[in-house]
Amino acid sequence: MNAFDLYIIGQQLINGLVLGATYGLIAIGYSMVYGIIGMINFAHGEIYMVSAYVTALVIALIAYFGGLPVGAAIMIALLFTMLITAILGWLIERVAYRPLKNSFRLAPLISAIGVSLILQNFIQLAQGARNQAMPTLLEGVLRIGGEEQFMQISYHQLLILVAALVSMLSLNTLIGKTKFGRSCRATQQDPVMAEILGINTQKVISLVFVIGAVFAAIAGTFVTMNYGSFDFYIGFVTGIKAFTAAVLGGIGSLPGAMLGGLLVGIAESFFSGFVNTDYKDVFAFGILVLILIIKPSGLLGHPEVEKV
Amino acid sequence: MSHIPFKKCVKDFLATFLLACAIFYPLMGFVLNGFELEIKPYRPLVPALSMAVIRTFFLYGLQPFLQNQWQKSGAQRVEKKEKTALLAIVILIATICFTLMVPFLFSNYWLNVGILCLIYILLALGLNIVVGYAGLLDLGFVGFYAVGAYTFGILSSYTGLGFWSVLPLAALVAAGFGILLGFPVLRMHGDYLAIVTLGFGEIIRLILNNWTELTGGPNGMRIPPLTFFGIEFTRRSKYGGPLFHELFSLEYSSATRFQLLYLVILAFTCLVAYISWRLPKIAIGRSLLALREDEIACRSLGINHVGTKLMAFASGASIAGVAGVFFGAQQRFINPTSFTFFESALILAIVVLGGLGSTVGVIIAAVVMTALPELLRDFSEYRVLLFGLLMVIMMIAKPQGLVRQKYSQYTFE
Repeated sequence: MNAFDLYIIGQQLINGLVLGATYGLIAIGYSMVYGIIGMINFAHGEIYMVSAYVTALVIALIAYFGGLPVGAAIMIALLFTMLITAILGWLIERVAYRPLKNSFRLAPLISAIGVSLILQNFIQLAQGARNQAMPTLLEGVLRIGGEEQFMQISYHQLLILVAALVSMLSLNTLIGKTKFGRSCRATQQDPVMAEILGINTQKVISLVFVIGAVFAAIAGTFVTMNYGSFDFYIGFVTGIKAFTAAVLGGIGSLPGAMLGGLLVGIAESFFSGFVNTDYKDVFAFGILVLILIIKPSGLLGHPEVEKV
Repeated sequence: MSHIPFKKCVKDFLATFLLACAIFYPLMGFVLNGFELEIKPYRPLVPALSMAVIRTFFLYGLQPFLQNQWQKSGAQRVEKKEKTALLAIVILIATICFTLMVPFLFSNYWLNVGILCLIYILLALGLNIVVGYAGLLDLGFVGFYAVGAYTFGILSSYTGLGFWSVLPLAALVAAGFGILLGFPVLRMHGDYLAIVTLGFGEIIRLILNNWTELTGGPNGMRIPPLTFFGIEFTRRSKYGGPLFHELFSLEYSSATRFQLLYLVILAFTCLVAYISWRLPKIAIGRSLLALREDEIACRSLGINHVGTKLMAFASGASIAGVAGVFFGAQQRFINPTSFTFFESALILAIVVLGGLGSTVGVIIAAVVMTALPELLRDFSEYRVLLFGLLMVIMMIAKPQGLVRQKYSQYTFE
């Protein structure tokens, strides 16, 4: 193997890591919600989609009222998107899932599919069905290697990696070190007992939805800035791939979600780079089906025992 | 009725309004148009205000009222069995007469709407066996529909088989796919099963979309026109054989083909509806229902859970496959965009709306959900929004659906 091949592999690895970091960020939402109330939040991918629109709108609004420094614009866009999606996440849980707590098993999932249809169609009606675009904010790339053989990472991609790292570390501290984290873990282990011991489990559930939405918003903001193009349909496929990541890592486990995200991202990047681009979604869905059939507990999860 | 707490009412109204504004303003007040921005400050006010009004009305008007009504009438519920049975028979006969007359009374357009209704009834009944009776949430149901339609497309363009010979073959192929999917997912439950089936359905669609040599990819496939066992419906003979309107000495009409197709689908739908209605009463259907309620108990009682679940998957899939063939025969052109996840969600919405496990409810819901968008053409943009809202509201307010399925009960004496 010569150096040229190594650079190509390295480039695919970088692309895969960046892609995987976004999957991991979105997977956090699936994983935490599943860990706490045992449902698949099918509308989570749509929150990611909404966050892409909010980001582009905020950036356009800043440009409309006269420019700001790029760094400030990105920060404002990120914070505002997080705020809006946090409200949306809270609202969805409050309206569509909370009343179904004691309903039959499939009810929350069906309701979630309904929410996902609503969000997609709402955005389509409000913003139009066309493909949207947004200007590049940070020009420039970081290049490793020589003139002809090199691998590169753009500043936007670097931003995604840094954001993923920072938010994962802060989430780890939040769950591991704070009082909220403790009540969160208690609710995950035994919701009834946690309630008896005076933990407001309803509040914990609400906050978990908010955290999931905020993480999806972080991914949505930076990916939109990186790609610059999106439509109202992106939430579906990205959501399923992020869910694949959550399952691969072991649903309910936070490091697992990030690990699964990175693995899915790298696998997808290598598959589309070296095998076939047309079938990359088939490949991702194939991974999903295979993991769920062979090892549904994932890499870092605990196997579920069927109880009578 | 007690008086309305005015202060709380206003507080709730304002809170709802502000929250709705927080969501609607960023997403509706500003519209992206390329890199440009259009500002429409009054657009979000309408949905935000209406949401606040609806919520306040519901919380302080409707809910106390309904609770009062319910308390009054809750205790006295009288069974009127003989009357309802007679009524049901009358309604059934009237419906059959009406549906038989549809092809001869209405225009070509409404005839095609009728065919579409029947296709969705078939799909919903098929999914009802899997989701309603067996309790296995299948989100990739549209995959089997696609398999049926593409079996027709591929067989007719590569081997020249016609509608009638493809019909049983498509049912078999789709059932095969159903078993193929069913085997690995037998161990799974609830949510995971739903996601695997979703992945399966998407894989089928993506393969159809990308395997250009076989399926034509996004360009789709042409389907040959329907024949009456080889006799053509066209005005002039293409292959030199006798023509339908000459053979039966009728006026030539372009509608004849659709009339026949309608009647064939109607016959098949009646058969499927009968099976679906009988299923909870026969042994295999009852074991299906029992498996849904408690799998471990059933297995310990010796019910063959593998065979029963596979039967549910295979029969649901073959019904969808046949529906796919009908769809192809009606459209005469198929491509992968007809088989997206949205279609699966729509069929699921029909089943949920009609009532999981209820044959009558599912049929009514399918007719309503297919015919209503045709009647309300002006609001067709809001169709998906409406479906989504219906799914959420039904789950919260009436999870058993419009027509609740009653199961026969047995008592020991």
